[in-house]
Amino acid sequence: MKNRTTVERKSERELVVTRTFDAPARIVFEAWTQPDLFKRWWGLKSMGMSLRSCEMDVRTGGGYRLVFSNGMEFFGRYIEVIPNSRLVWTNEEGGADGPVTTVTFEEKGGKTLLVMLELYPSKEALDAAGTGAADGMDEMFGQLDEFLAGDSGTAS
Amino acid sequence: MVQYTNPNLDASFAALADVTRRGVLEKLGQAEASITDLAEKFNMTLTGMKKHVGVLEQAGLVVTKKVGRVRTCQIGPHRLDEATAWLDKYRQLWAARFDELDRVIEDLKQREKFDGRKKSE
Repeated sequence: MKNRTTVERKSERELVVTRTFDAPARIVFEAWTQPDLFKRWWGLKSMGMSLRSCEMDVRTGGGYRLVFSNGMEFFGRYIEVIPNSRLVWTNEEGGADGPVTTVTFEEKGGKTLLVMLELYPSKEALDAAGTGAADGMDEMFGQLDEFLAGDSGTAS
Repeated sequence: MVQYTNPNLDASFAALADVTRRGVLEKLGQAEASITDLAEKFNMTLTGMKKHVGVLEQAGLVVTKKVGRVRTCQIGPHRLDEATAWLDKYRQLWAARFDELDRVIEDLKQREKFDGRKKSE
């Protein structure tokens, strides 16, 4: 049985995603911070997308750059790294309207509650992301549409 | 050919795929405006702007009403639905990612178990 993923617009500027994983925090954290592991799940292979490259310098002030097989790029830098507990990074591909992402890993009874919060600089910036006007989102959701329509693998 | 599951969403996304129409929505998000205002603002003919507004209206993103000789445009009722639809897509994106992440985590747990056994031998 898969655990549920929830998404909530917590305020005018914040989106929150939560999910529980059946593993201790150090394991979940490892999967978020080791490029070879990160590549395996972030790329959404089932949707016909994969990460062509993934560079991550996971430490406070370190940068990251993700390139998808279709050329889409996402990049920014880590502004806080607390092992097995907290990651904060910027999303700079969209210019000044990009959110700051905070991921916390909270272990309880051998399971980990993951909370991902995206804080946008303004209500307008979050609204723009929602209408697909933000960089990359159009394409991302286009591929998601294809996937949800049941054409995964064959759609291009 | 991809079949979209929701024709409304399809219309909305098609409507949003144009930079002028996104601009019009943004403008109308701030205040209602007449088609003439919008045409001026976006440096466009009245006919051109009418077409864009028509597409937005079709998708339910904009409603227009005629008062006297002026047609006024404002944000339509689909706006909220769209926001919900977007959040749902966003959720599905993350759900798909996290299901993959489950697999990676499963592998890591197996590896740890194996390493643990090796160490205790």
